[in-house]
Amino acid sequence: MYPKLFDTFSAPLASVKPSRRSLVLGALASGLVLSVGFRWQSSAQAQEAAKPHPFNPYISIAADGKITIYSSQFEMGQGAYFGIATLVNEELDADWAQINVVGGFGDVAAFGNLAWGGAAQGTGGSTSMTSSWERYRTAGAALRMMLAEAASKAWGVPVSEVSTARGIVSHPSGKTATYAELVTAASALLVPATVPLKPRTAWTQIGKAGLKRYDSRMKTDGSAQFTIDVKLPGMATAVIIHPPKFGATVASFDASKAKDVKGFVDAVQISRGVAVVAENMWSALKARDLVSVAWIEDKAEQRNSADILVAYETQSKAAPLAVARNDGDAAGALAAAGKVLEASFSFPYLAHAALEPLNAVASMTDGTLEIWGGHQMPDLYQYIGSQIAGTTPDKVKLHVMKTGGGFGRRAVFDADVVAEAVETAKALAWSRPVKVQWTRENDMRGGRYRPAYVHAMKAGLDKDGKIIAWSNHIVGQSIMSGTLFEGMAVKNGVDFTSVEGAANVPYDIPNVAVGLSTMQAGVPVLWWRAVGSTHTAYAVETFLDEVAEAAGKDPVALRLELLDKHPRHMAALKLAAEKAGWDKPAAEGRFRGVAVAESFGSVVAQIAEISIPSPGQIKVERVVCAVDCGTAINPDQVAAQMEGGIGFGLSSILGEEITLTAGAVDQGNYDSYTPLRIEQMPKVEVHIVPSEGPPTGAGEPGVPPAGPALANAVYQATRKRIRTLPFSKGFTA
Amino acid sequence: MIKVNINGQDREVDAEPDMPLLWAIRDVLNLTGTKFGCGLAQCGACTVHLDGQPIRSCQTAIGDVGAGRITTIEGVSGKVAETVQAVWTELDVPQCGYCQSGQIMSAVALLEQNRKPQDSDIDEALSGNLCRCATYARIRSAVHEAARRLEA
Repeated sequence: MYPKLFDTFSAPLASVKPSRRSLVLGALASGLVLSVGFRWQSSAQAQEAAKPHPFNPYISIAADGKITIYSSQFEMGQGAYFGIATLVNEELDADWAQINVVGGFGDVAAFGNLAWGGAAQGTGGSTSMTSSWERYRTAGAALRMMLAEAASKAWGVPVSEVSTARGIVSHPSGKTATYAELVTAASALLVPATVPLKPRTAWTQIGKAGLKRYDSRMKTDGSAQFTIDVKLPGMATAVIIHPPKFGATVASFDASKAKDVKGFVDAVQISRGVAVVAENMWSALKARDLVSVAWIEDKAEQRNSADILVAYETQSKAAPLAVARNDGDAAGALAAAGKVLEASFSFPYLAHAALEPLNAVASMTDGTLEIWGGHQMPDLYQYIGSQIAGTTPDKVKLHVMKTGGGFGRRAVFDADVVAEAVETAKALAWSRPVKVQWTRENDMRGGRYRPAYVHAMKAGLDKDGKIIAWSNHIVGQSIMSGTLFEGMAVKNGVDFTSVEGAANVPYDIPNVAVGLSTMQAGVPVLWWRAVGSTHTAYAVETFLDEVAEAAGKDPVALRLELLDKHPRHMAALKLAAEKAGWDKPAAEGRFRGVAVAESFGSVVAQIAEISIPSPGQIKVERVVCAVDCGTAINPDQVAAQMEGGIGFGLSSILGEEITLTAGAVDQGNYDSYTPLRIEQMPKVEVHIVPSEGPPTGAGEPGVPPAGPALANAVYQATRKRIRTLPFSKGFTA
Repeated sequence: MIKVNINGQDREVDAEPDMPLLWAIRDVLNLTGTKFGCGLAQCGACTVHLDGQPIRSCQTAIGDVGAGRITTIEGVSGKVAETVQAVWTELDVPQCGYCQSGQIMSAVALLEQNRKPQDSDIDEALSGNLCRCATYARIRSAVHEAARRLEA
């Protein structure tokens, strides 16, 4: 997820695995040996997928020609499955119409995230293509070589004379065979010792904007299956009553009145509340309303979120508790500066609010626990499921479902709703499969928010208007402390995710101090699409605009001046400025703002253009975006992620906020927590900086610059700086 | 048993009359293309057609449907629907895809009534359909492109 983190992760592994390539081939080879029963399949799937295939674990070809790719990466809309299929098929030369992708699990050697040193399977930090780049191309290439070799042996011709295209091997003599016809013979061959990959110049799929997602059709006719759609024989549906405040626990509950509801099955206590179980969702909802729960609130968070922020603001004026960066002498330079700018920013808690409320299905059959869900961290969920069930991870079979939006929410250290489903099924003595389905209110009030933060910023200018000092004190909760990742992500009191985007501020300033004060609050927090950069980029990029104004400089020109040592930033910024026509004045009634931010290995520059259609209203008309994400494997999907990231970023800045009153979350549904709607969406133009570098992030990096670019445009229109978010909280244009 | 007409078929639904149409469609009739997102008519993921008009099935009781003809994403058909679905696929509108059944049901209803929608018409017709992936720019392009093809 974060380069520093992965360095720590990968160091011990590097000594045993000479290269990523050998890791891939090793896994392929072991797949050949362990060809039977290597991968879990349900009985229905087993019939459908014909025989277990030796090309496990990455690719299987069924007798009917259907190709299944087993993805290490989780699909939540960002197109990871399509990206991986593109990498495989660039080398495999299969027919796209035959290709499907499903989630793999349970084999860390094969599926461990290589951006994390391969130590665990998981999806996060926009690393899917970085991790998959060589692994899945190599898998596709090795399989193609074996199919070609099988054909050459069958036909008695040199392998150099056979060619492959659209799932068919052919020879100039006119002989042809489909991949499916060759698969049995191919599976008896040794995996090639060396697997050359196509040179960039030979690519026909990678980097081609015209290549379309294989999964769009199933998402337009209702046939795509999500966890909510899982239905098993005898399955019950459970709705959870969670504590009204974070940290409260069940004292007792009374479900006697619920027994009158038709379809009610049972109400059972689980670790975080009460599960109300019924034959279907409506019965469960009706029964839930009749169950009363008494709570123990002694240890619960009881504060208002406003009070939490006041405490943060107080701390922001004191000395930071930890140092994230210290170049030169920022305090001394500020004291000596001709002009000092100061600003304080306040960021609220934010909910992921994905459209599919959290859910999972658990079922125990003959000693095997099966769990259907959005398994973003499969190894962990398999382990936690086994712990609850009192069995071993190898007796836990996961079904990795596509999910209706994620944005970070499906990757949780305690397995969250997955654990609830297993606990509920266990409480029913494994008598039947159980689907736990959260309501929107469960989801909105379930915590795991983007933490609230306060930033105190100072900048010093010398008498010539040159910036000589920069100070940024960040105050808020740590995402990583107390989790499995603490050892890797928290160093000397600094949680990397609290300061990313701020500690690595790219501008060439001689004296820079970035401090962090990690605060305690009883509100569960989590990564939220783009994580630290969701607040740091806003504080840095809007404050730099204030510096530009104080220095009497154009905001793009000043950035370019200060980015001399960062060619990727410069290139992205120049491209965005050029495409937005920055060198010409904005059209009558239009106002523009700029921001640039690096996150997850990619650099994104955006120029937002707004109008004020009537007093008090802001309309975001257009956002021009330039992105350097290394090699863009699917350029149209990079564009889609930038479009979506911009919408997601604007959404939070304009009108998203989770607040607490006496510890209870005020927002429950989309009437009070208000994601962006279509009428608020600007036109978006995405330009990709040409690159031959390895792929870097795309899912998250579109988010950070959107808010500050907008805020900087709003300043041009209104001369107002917005430092308390969201805009809806008191700002009028 | 409650009699309803869904996707052109008369069906008997074993449900209490207060069950929202959404849960009758999903849990009883096993048509899962229609999605649950909020239960409060705030997100539009549950949009279906009742006699051709888009409605939020989470706010309509199965007992109130009467003789009305229900159409879900699985049953939506005709030139407009086919064009919309084809364009949606060609432009790669969906990301996670979860809201898209509802988006398409709203878009089809709009184009059935207005073959030349302006941006403001699209905003109005689709404002009730949240997309947390923010595929809105492509949704707007897709509606315009579908309108263009239907005119051609």
